[in-house]
Amino acid sequence: MRFRTRTSPHMVPGHSVGGLMRQVLYALIPGTLAMAWFFGWGVLVNVVLSVLFAVMFEALMVTLRRRPVGVTLGDSSAVLAGWLFALAIPPLAPVWVLLVGTGFAIVVAKHLYGGLGYNPFNPAMVGYVVVLVSFPRELSLWPSPEGLADASFTLWQTLQTTLTGRLPEGMDWDAITRATPMDMMREALVSGQTVHEVTRSPVFGSFSQTEWEWAGNLFLLGGLWLLYRRVITWHIPVSMLLSLATIAGVFWVIDPDQFASPAFHVFSGAAIIGAFFIATDPVSAATTPLGRILFGIGIGILTYIIRTWGGYPDGVAFAVLLMNMVAPTLDHYTRPRIFGHSGDGRG
Amino acid sequence: MQLHHFHGGLKLDEHKAESTARPLLTMGVPKYLYVPLSQHIGAQTECVVEAGDRIAKGQRIGRAKDYICANVHAPTSGWIRGIVEHPVPHPSGLSAPCIKIETDGRDRWGDDRLEPWRDWRERDPRSLRERVRDAGIVGMGGAAFPTAVKLNPRPGKRIHTLVVNGAECEPYITCDDLLMRTHPEAILEGARIVAHMVGAERVLFAVEDNKPEALRALTDAVASGEHDFIRIVSIPSVYPTGGERQLIKVLTGREVPSAGLPADLGMVCHNTGTLKAIREAVVAGQPLISRIVTVTGPGVREPRNVEALIGTPFADLVAAAGGYRPDVDRLVMGGPMMGFAVGDDAVPIIKGTNCLLATRPQDTPQPGPVMPCIRCGECTRVCPANLLPQQMYWFAKSKDFDTIQDYGLFDCIECGCCAQVCPSNIPLVQYYRFAKQEIWGREKERQKADLARERFEFRQQRQEREEREKAERLARKKAALAKKDSAPTEKKAAIEDAIERARARKTAQPAKERSAQDRERADG
Repeated sequence: MRFRTRTSPHMVPGHSVGGLMRQVLYALIPGTLAMAWFFGWGVLVNVVLSVLFAVMFEALMVTLRRRPVGVTLGDSSAVLAGWLFALAIPPLAPVWVLLVGTGFAIVVAKHLYGGLGYNPFNPAMVGYVVVLVSFPRELSLWPSPEGLADASFTLWQTLQTTLTGRLPEGMDWDAITRATPMDMMREALVSGQTVHEVTRSPVFGSFSQTEWEWAGNLFLLGGLWLLYRRVITWHIPVSMLLSLATIAGVFWVIDPDQFASPAFHVFSGAAIIGAFFIATDPVSAATTPLGRILFGIGIGILTYIIRTWGGYPDGVAFAVLLMNMVAPTLDHYTRPRIFGHSGDGRG
Repeated sequence: MQLHHFHGGLKLDEHKAESTARPLLTMGVPKYLYVPLSQHIGAQTECVVEAGDRIAKGQRIGRAKDYICANVHAPTSGWIRGIVEHPVPHPSGLSAPCIKIETDGRDRWGDDRLEPWRDWRERDPRSLRERVRDAGIVGMGGAAFPTAVKLNPRPGKRIHTLVVNGAECEPYITCDDLLMRTHPEAILEGARIVAHMVGAERVLFAVEDNKPEALRALTDAVASGEHDFIRIVSIPSVYPTGGERQLIKVLTGREVPSAGLPADLGMVCHNTGTLKAIREAVVAGQPLISRIVTVTGPGVREPRNVEALIGTPFADLVAAAGGYRPDVDRLVMGGPMMGFAVGDDAVPIIKGTNCLLATRPQDTPQPGPVMPCIRCGECTRVCPANLLPQQMYWFAKSKDFDTIQDYGLFDCIECGCCAQVCPSNIPLVQYYRFAKQEIWGREKERQKADLARERFEFRQQRQEREEREKAERLARKKAALAKKDSAPTEKKAAIEDAIERARARKTAQPAKERSAQDRERADG
């Protein structure tokens, strides 16, 4: 009897790339819903449109590059990039911001470098940084829950705002937006107030603005689930959050009036989603265990430096991109000791 | 006993119970046997029989003509029907020279049978090693490395521990398990023989804890005999604990040096099946002509273990296990992790065949298309050699063979853990095998080129020297002729002397050169 020959292993295959990506997507759901709960339909509109655009650009590029479209779209990596990008963009941002950002993320940051697996930089963060430096005004308008509630902002009005870039008649940006915790802290400290005065504000919960705390908690939940499912390893999230908390703690102990608490840093801005969902993008991160720890530490420290002394209120995106640059070097110098070798791994 | 861990490894679905439920079946003698001349790592044996020869059971039919080689014996009595190219169990699917035996069904031993040595304790290690060599024993865990070579003492290395490998860590395979359950005494006697041969003071007998019956049988046997220096150790079931280096790490916490051998740590490691074979060779005078094979997998009706003669076709073993189930599409020799699929079930079992695994499409679904590596690092997490498979993959793909060696290519044991967990379905082990083959190929090319260059340079030097000497001779002759006129008598003696010397050199020189030329021709 004749048989077909195939290569080992002759077992039921374990994971698939698409499966891993989809698990990350599932883990994003609770945090995304929390953000939508607080910041309105705009969050979901952003996610849906960005994912749509990202997939569109992906299909376009894959066709141009003459690769199998079905297989590539099946890996869901474009969906994930679009989703992560959307979460960084203020709800109610105009549609062209989404188009430019996802286009840059997928076309330039991903496919011009060779597509999935070959991009040195995190595509979603490249897209975000491009629109952040290009359209600072649009990127600074975060709606506030109470503003949206007062204006009884509907899904239809949200779509109108996103697609036209203009608020519906009779509405005013000032009434429906409010500074994010990172912005509040930054402006207050620049204008001579103390940290304490900011955190006493009624919109603050235990460590940060209540909404951001809750969104952070739910992203944390999703991140822990990813750890439990072994989709990500602990190295990057733990080292990033620990280093951020440690450096923030040091300055906070030195001068609690001028430097926000470690808890504020961890639960504000993009720290948690960055630690579990963005910095852990395996393609652009370091890949050795020790390399990943250093990678996380670098992101934590750079995030703090940019937040505290840099020109932008949050620094996670920049920190991730900067550490993407050194990831290959980290991998080179942090090779594990090979079994049966003494000293470092270099045989 | 304090146990240790190695990095990585996998907990796999064991699938062992399927084939241990039925008792061991000793198969009959098939009509024809195809005994490959090469069943081991090392050189091919030299066939010492001819078509038409009458042969007895246990008669040597393939002679080891190299140090790393193993004799091949007739598994039963019959007639040689030719040395034929026949499909053999090899990943390439190619055919190789096999001795075709028509059996006579009488299973008759010859007169020159090896003498049984019940008094092996009185024999010296050298003659016992010679017996192992005569009996053609190879490692029966699958690698099939000639056992006598492994038993040879290495200068300056004292062996204090014999490690018996009863881990059997790959899913589905249970031939060692069955052997340990049914023949614990024979394995233990084999262990004592080897300990005697290498001078080991203790024996660590490691069995994975998923084989409680085997552990009990061995423990009982140790308790009832004089085996107090043998210790049965239950170790956690993690793939690939059965790798020699991983097993030694688990038992002792020490790592065999990368380019070294267990002997560097004073240890030697043998598989249970090998020890049983050594025992039979020494105590019963029986060469390695049969073995236990697990015939299993969802593609056979009655998975079980069978004892079969070397050279029996796979198809006969499957028939003994109830035959195939419908739509079976893959037949693997070895386990699911390291085994290879064969294209034809006419191939015969060889000394290293521990398992036949038949599967259907639904059991091992075709993995999706190969995707780009996303550097997720799962392979790094599971690698028992603590390598960076994702990085080695890049270097193999870009044929950067220097860097890949720097990243420990030759520390890879090809266990397949990385490929099993890879979400991108990359056949990583294939890439490493490819890189190893390329590097070995290049090394051979380089050696050949070096030899050619040396020869060329030698030839050039010789020609130059000949030219020079010719010129010198001419010059001397001229000078002598010129002087002959001026000093005819006085220097005649001196000239004749010089001519004599030159003649003597001439006769000596060409002889030397001729021999060099001969050597060159022989090499070429």
